[in-house]
Amino acid sequence: MLDIISSEFFQRALIGGLLIGVTGPLMGMFLVLRRLSMIGDTLAHVTIAGVALGFLLGVYPLAMGIVFALLGAVAIEKLRKAYKTYAELSIAVIMSGGVALASLFFTLGMSFNANVTNYLFGSIYTLNSTDLTVVGVVTAIVIIFMLIFFKEMFMLTFDEDAAAVNGLPVRWLNLAVTVLTALVISAAIKIVGALLVSALLTIPVATSLLVARGFKQAVITSVLVAEFAVVAGLLTAGIWNLAPGATIVLLLIAVLILTLVIRRGVKV
Amino acid sequence: MNTIDTCHEQVISLEHVGFGYEGQQVFQDVNFTVYERDFVGVIGTNGAGKTTLLRLLVGLLRPSSGEVKLFGTPIQRFKEWERIGYVPQKNSFNPLFPATVMEVVQSGMYNRSRLFRRLTKEDINQSKDALRAMRIEDLAHKRIGQLSGGQQQRVFLARAMVNKPELLILDEPTVGIDAQTQKEFFNLLQHLHEHHHMTFIMVSHDLDLVNSWLGSDPKGTCGKLNFYVKHSHNVECVEPDLTHGVLS
Repeated sequence: MLDIISSEFFQRALIGGLLIGVTGPLMGMFLVLRRLSMIGDTLAHVTIAGVALGFLLGVYPLAMGIVFALLGAVAIEKLRKAYKTYAELSIAVIMSGGVALASLFFTLGMSFNANVTNYLFGSIYTLNSTDLTVVGVVTAIVIIFMLIFFKEMFMLTFDEDAAAVNGLPVRWLNLAVTVLTALVISAAIKIVGALLVSALLTIPVATSLLVARGFKQAVITSVLVAEFAVVAGLLTAGIWNLAPGATIVLLLIAVLILTLVIRRGVKV
Repeated sequence: MNTIDTCHEQVISLEHVGFGYEGQQVFQDVNFTVYERDFVGVIGTNGAGKTTLLRLLVGLLRPSSGEVKLFGTPIQRFKEWERIGYVPQKNSFNPLFPATVMEVVQSGMYNRSRLFRRLTKEDINQSKDALRAMRIEDLAHKRIGQLSGGQQQRVFLARAMVNKPELLILDEPTVGIDAQTQKEFFNLLQHLHEHHHMTFIMVSHDLDLVNSWLGSDPKGTCGKLNFYVKHSHNVECVEPDLTHGVLS
């Protein structure tokens, strides 16, 4: 067991996981509370299309993924404005668009299918130093943004109209949330996989909503839950040779169920 | 609005305001002025454009013609948003939202002038004063969703009052509140109107309630909306803070 923990690939995995464990729930909190949970999934599918194109063109796949995620995020915002009362419609359109593009690029470049699987299901042990740098930079950007705008973000999330009446730059902040979410999703997909990345954004938040009274408490709880699942999940997966991304997500769900049961037990 | 002498400054003025959604005209050529220390009740049925009017007044919507002025400044150039307090409809927020009463009240201070700034000790004391004035200081660390409708209403009023605004805008503040709580809430508003340097605009569908207080003679109209106005000349309370017990 010590062999695994001291190995370089495991340490890289741990660092990458811990960083995403902060940014995932941090962005997820603002999405879940505004009923935008599905944005994570949507952007992940769009990112995969970018990754596939990256392989096809022979450029750094994650960079192409980020570009696609950002374009997808802007497209979601535009569609949401066009269909104000059907916000989820834009998500459905962009998600299927992402999957369609991804499968198109897959079939164009049959030979790289194995590599793309790394991004679909996550491949935390193959994180190279470039991947880790991308995750690190994204984490830094998100944390700096949140340190500066935390109170404004609370206001925007709790009551967007009141935020506008207070003269806050609501449109600018909304755009920032979308862009940062796109960055976090694309940086996270090699760690937990595109199919599972939204779990890291939403499940820790779902758990924290059951126990936290205030907003700050909820944010801290969700990050702690995610970090616990990342560390415990990586160790478990390392020892029993399981898929790390899946183990982390299943642990998150286990924590959520346990919290639900305990809360019910206390209440009834 | 000629019935009221113009000893006071204009707080809100609508000049030839028109507005429509996708070709459907909601308002046409609306002219109305709200003066300092007016209490304006805006009454209309559902769909008459109450919320649209409020959104025009606070700049969330732009009129398709005419001009909206706040404190004499055209709304596009208006920057002093801390002079305005806003109380939303009670049911406009998610009851499971993880926010304490204190967090909600303090958020009233999160405005343009405090961007890039942390709340000072004075700011925090001011929010505690607002809690005390609304008699909800015991609830400060409770989750907002756990409170009763009347208590939530006071939280939102405290949030709006935290900047000591000169104009208070209320959107259907009595929806989903029992009669007794409504009465207490109006007594509170009445005191604020009579004894503080504040102007009010309140949207409601409750004609009886507004008539019993502001009279039954509308002073102006805006499409299917009626404006009822009461002006106050009473002496203002001298204490600058709210803690002298507005509920007493």
